[in-house]
Amino acid sequence: MLRVESLSVSLPPTADRALALDGVTFDLSAGEILCVVGESGSGKSVTASAIMGLLAPGLAVVAGEISLGGVVLRGDAWRALRGRRIGMVFQEPMTALNPLMRVGTQIAEMWRVHTDLGRAEIAARSLRALEEVGLPDPQGALRAYPHQLSGGQRQRVMIAMALALEPEVLICDEPTTALDVTTQAQVLTLIRELQKRRGTAVLFITHDFGVVAEIADRVAVMQRGVIVEQGAAADVLETPQHPYTRALLAAVPALQAPPPRVLNDERVLEIEGLVKTYGARGMLRRRQPVRALDDVSLMLRAGSTLGVVGESGSGKSTLARCVAGMLRADAGLIRVAGEPMPKGRRAAARLVQMVFQDPYASLNPRRRVGEQVAQGPMALGTPRGQAMSEARALFELVGLDAEAVSRFPHEFSGGQRQRIGIARALAMKPRVLVADEPVSALDVSVQAQVLALLRDLQARLGLSILFITHDLRVAAQICDDVAVMQRGVVVEHGPVGTVFAAPKHPYTRSLLASVPGRAKVGA
Amino acid sequence: MKLLALAARRLAASLPALLLILIGLFLLLQLAPGDTVDALMAQMGGGDAAIAADLRRFYGLDLSVTARLGAYLWRLVTLDLGFSAIYGKPVASVILERLPATLLLMMSALFFAFSFGMALGVVAARRVNQWPDTLISTLGLIFYATPSFWFGLMAIVVFSVYLQWLPAGGFGDVAMGYTGWAAIWDTATYLVLPVLTLALIFLAIALRIMRASMLEVQGMDFVRTARAKGLSETRIVARHVLRNALLPMVTLIGLQAGTMLGGSVVVESVFTLPGLGRLAYESVVQRDLNTLLGIVFVSALLVIAVNFVVDLLYARLDPRIAG
Amino acid sequence: MRALRAFLHNPVAVAGAVLLGAVVLMALVAPLVFPGDPLGLAGRPLQWPGANPRFWLGTDPSGRDIAAQLFHGARISLLIGGTATVIAVVIGIVFGALAGFYGGVVDTVLMRVTEAFQTLPNFLLLLVLVAVFGSDLMTVVIAIGVVAWPPVARLTRAEFLTLRERDYVAAGRMQGLSDAHLIFREVLPNALPPVIVYASVVMAVAILLESALAFLQLSDPNVPSWGNLIGLGRTVLRSEWYVSAIPGVAILLAILGVSLVGQGLNDALNPRLASR
Repeated sequence: MLRVESLSVSLPPTADRALALDGVTFDLSAGEILCVVGESGSGKSVTASAIMGLLAPGLAVVAGEISLGGVVLRGDAWRALRGRRIGMVFQEPMTALNPLMRVGTQIAEMWRVHTDLGRAEIAARSLRALEEVGLPDPQGALRAYPHQLSGGQRQRVMIAMALALEPEVLICDEPTTALDVTTQAQVLTLIRELQKRRGTAVLFITHDFGVVAEIADRVAVMQRGVIVEQGAAADVLETPQHPYTRALLAAVPALQAPPPRVLNDERVLEIEGLVKTYGARGMLRRRQPVRALDDVSLMLRAGSTLGVVGESGSGKSTLARCVAGMLRADAGLIRVAGEPMPKGRRAAARLVQMVFQDPYASLNPRRRVGEQVAQGPMALGTPRGQAMSEARALFELVGLDAEAVSRFPHEFSGGQRQRIGIARALAMKPRVLVADEPVSALDVSVQAQVLALLRDLQARLGLSILFITHDLRVAAQICDDVAVMQRGVVVEHGPVGTVFAAPKHPYTRSLLASVPGRAKVGA
Repeated sequence: MKLLALAARRLAASLPALLLILIGLFLLLQLAPGDTVDALMAQMGGGDAAIAADLRRFYGLDLSVTARLGAYLWRLVTLDLGFSAIYGKPVASVILERLPATLLLMMSALFFAFSFGMALGVVAARRVNQWPDTLISTLGLIFYATPSFWFGLMAIVVFSVYLQWLPAGGFGDVAMGYTGWAAIWDTATYLVLPVLTLALIFLAIALRIMRASMLEVQGMDFVRTARAKGLSETRIVARHVLRNALLPMVTLIGLQAGTMLGGSVVVESVFTLPGLGRLAYESVVQRDLNTLLGIVFVSALLVIAVNFVVDLLYARLDPRIAG
Repeated sequence: MRALRAFLHNPVAVAGAVLLGAVVLMALVAPLVFPGDPLGLAGRPLQWPGANPRFWLGTDPSGRDIAAQLFHGARISLLIGGTATVIAVVIGIVFGALAGFYGGVVDTVLMRVTEAFQTLPNFLLLLVLVAVFGSDLMTVVIAIGVVAWPPVARLTRAEFLTLRERDYVAAGRMQGLSDAHLIFREVLPNALPPVIVYASVVMAVAILLESALAFLQLSDPNVPSWGNLIGLGRTVLRSEWYVSAIPGVAILLAILGVSLVGQGLNDALNPRLASR
């Protein structure tokens, strides 16, 4: 059906390598799902845009060809194919739809442009398309503007639109990466069902081996623009041949927790009846108040890790920000080492520190990283010389070169920046370390390294960590205890092994059931 | 209904600024050396102190600053702008006589600058880094750098003195007694040069904003989606890019309304138009502070009104605003 | 360094720097080339350019040398543009930084004041200020600065609003750093590039405002301002149009230079946003 033959795509001269794709070859037959999997920068998304003929400016095909049904694609012929014979679903549902146009109009455009159907027929088909992708209120969705729909709903609209003209090929570029895990499971099921019913050939781009295990018939593994291994899904997942594939698979954390450690009973952090409500204020602006935290009580034991898991909107990040003192709770009490959290910034600095999610936003781009680590102790009275030598020692502790203190953030990779963020937090010798999704923005192999570092530091320094994550696999590997949050409420908590092996609350069960590839990968 | 609530909210939000302006200006004018009576006395060729004192009492200038501020604000609430000693008429009626010319000038210039700026910006963005873009962008830079009063003078030299196509100043030929279409045509010929002059810099700003906005929107995800849907480039621009790119342009109108009113001072004085701007200039020269305060008040109201319309327009264009 | 190299490799930026450099050069050599008082009587009034080799740009209606006024006028324009820009940028950054960093009541109060200034047509406000405080050079400069700051405040505030939410600012707060440290070392350096670029717009506006004021004969009559000369030329516009035309070209080129330098700075400091 679709054939990509020794395709090479060049990068702009300023890039770190010459070719985004280097001799990429694969076939996609009708009725099968081919997963292209790789880490960031592997060229998997470039492959998708090349097939659509929508390469970003600066990229160009320098060799090879793409053919659909035996006809080589090039030039103007492409536009006639797009939408009609090849559909595409993108990663970011929030920005992929025109914000100023009704959803119905955007879907109808497919038939309006590609067919001669009348208005009534188009309206009927639009409605049927939305019904088919399982939107709860298809009539209402047609009239809605994109911002009135949730991310999962928008992605369903995108799928409906991509499949409107029953194309032979559907390209999905990380379509579930921006979605919550339960929504992801639903969208994956939807794609699988529609593909089965219509016999569409699907090219599915992803970085997540769990998703691969869930959906793929065949797999192609990409590394730096080259396909290093391809084959049937079961073969690649169970008996990977290439060392890179093996390394990637090994880095996927197992959902099953290791045996529990022996913990002491000292409580370093106690949270009692914490309440936080957003958006109730304002006389003229009426908004539905949102209870981000609803009577949350938790306890963290010294030297252990308490995981807080949940989907977006569960309140887990609000909890982290309250504990870190960045937000003031409406009611409730936070005690660190037996004392209520002090109000003063400096007094609190010794008690709680935080590691942030986004490695690119958590360091000041215009200051040397060593300064950023040392400035905290200096603000509390440590002499400059001592603070800087402590910073150098910390850099070595987190696995960086001590000389790196005098460099600027842009000279480091994402994983290295996360290490610097950890060093910055440790410089204050806090009683509690709050880690807010510290590995979510990292590639799976880097993620494994940072998790190993955190475990190692905990063993060496006796760190007490409040670990916020949406990723149950990560939670299983790093946490001693886990608390599951849903809409501001802790629905279940206990030792991670117990909770994950025998979940009591239906929400915990549905979260665990939604983890992609739970039976096949990292088990 | 949501739109109305939004409108009311925006209008209420502009009241504190208006109050601040009035208090600030009133206090500022207290610092001015000499008052209306001094100016009046100078015009009468001097007079004794007793007459001056009587006049001061007559105009209420002998009261304390706070009392006069209170009185002034109260009179504004009742839309009484006071009395112009120079023109011998209530300020409100002096301003009302001059308002239509300025409004006509402003609206025409705004319309011209907006529509041509939009068109040129679209062309430039569609041909980015090719010769039409280079030409339009360069023209934009030059228009931006041209002082409007100088452009007006040079336009008079070329079109009125040498070519004699258009009148050099004034506002319609009353002596000819035109009616109907002839009168409109007559007024239009008088308006061409002032409108071009006033619009020049806004045209430059508008085309630059439109070009940048088009380029930004063209790189957005939903435009890529539109391409993936197989739409033609024309349809993508017309249906998806244009409306999104217009949003910053609408904001621009609100931001530039005040600057345009300021610009009309210069333009009206170059083309001797009987408008609000020229009145402001005259009242500065003649130290007619009541009139100057009145003009500033009316201008602030105008700017607020324009911004109000802009807010409504924006909410109409962008469904995310009204919810 | 990287920014400087980018600036020098940009033809737009270089063209602007050349134009602006020419104006600066005119200002520097003015007392050497035209040592006398540029506003003093030099010769017969209204001689066309080229008619008399002593006055290669001609004389104005009062018999003063136009070329001399042009060179000395460059000093006035640069002085006014520079000083008023500094005033406007300083006021704008202080207002914008405080409002954006602290938010809440501080933000509301400061933004109401900014809105008040923005609601007033700025040229009208300038007229009022000049009417009240007189029109000597320093007063005009300060008045222009006072009129031109609100956009700088808004821009700075917007930058601060996004930057203060950055994780590194939160991290600094948790490290116990003072507000002053956070504002000056963490936020301001990152907020500055767009403000610096916008300063070129403020400078262009300042030069235009002064020349318009001078054209209306409301600026300082005792200095050789380009706008003043255009205003004087108005009386003889129908015959000796060159009196108004020549200083206008000077203003145009000066502002063109400032704008191009600003555009070059923008491309150099924000490479991601560069459109060419």
